[in-house]
Amino acid sequence: MNSFPPRTATLLYELDKKLMVLLRDGRTLIGYLRSVDQYANLLLQQTVERIHVGKKFGDIPRGVFLVRGENVVLLGEIDALKEADQMFERVSIGDILALQKQEQDAKIEKAKSIERSLKRRGMRFPPDLVQDDFL
Amino acid sequence: MVPTYCKFVIFNKIVRLTSKMLFYSFFKTLVGHEIIVELKNDICVTGRLHSVDQFLNIKLIEVCVSDPEKYPYMNYISESFIRGSVVRYVQLPVNSVDSQLLQDAARKEITIR
Repeated sequence: MNSFPPRTATLLYELDKKLMVLLRDGRTLIGYLRSVDQYANLLLQQTVERIHVGKKFGDIPRGVFLVRGENVVLLGEIDALKEADQMFERVSIGDILALQKQEQDAKIEKAKSIERSLKRRGMRFPPDLVQDDFL
Repeated sequence: MVPTYCKFVIFNKIVRLTSKMLFYSFFKTLVGHEIIVELKNDICVTGRLHSVDQFLNIKLIEVCVSDPEKYPYMNYISESFIRGSVVRYVQLPVNSVDSQLLQDAARKEITIR
């Protein structure tokens, strides 16, 4: 375990800790890190996908998750104190999915209205502005 | 003291081996400094540089994000590993960068190849 030089960013120190992983498509996973490699491929156990909408959040249980490294944006150990802080209100899976749908619909509606008004002025709307995705 | 990133311009052989590592060495000299990392999904993460590796993956401690309302999940973490491939910009403290030295090292690297 001590073969890598000190001060090198390595994921090995994060093994078996409870991590929050942010993916490139904007999803957040929370789970225990069981294995890593040099590409930052991650194996997570007891994973939940956490969805935040405003001050509310919901967890969808996902079990064991293997994340291909290229999809990882950032990850960090969950601070137990900060998580217990009750900043957010937990709601059921159904509720949070409904809220998420609402939020997405509102976003699409907004993009469409911008597109309409741009069209009236003879400009084209770049379609990729709608997507949250990047890269 | 000579920072590590210009040390290897002195040793030609090492340069050949590590010439791609200029910015890796450069970042290693910044360990402990406060930096701002802007990601390709527009998140701006501020934190103290804890460590960096060959892929320029960055580990930050004392993390805070510029717009916590928009990224609620960032509230859970206080340290973070950022994959090098998703970084767009790194804002560095002016006083801890010797740009002349860095420029020289970069020039030397070109001439050696």
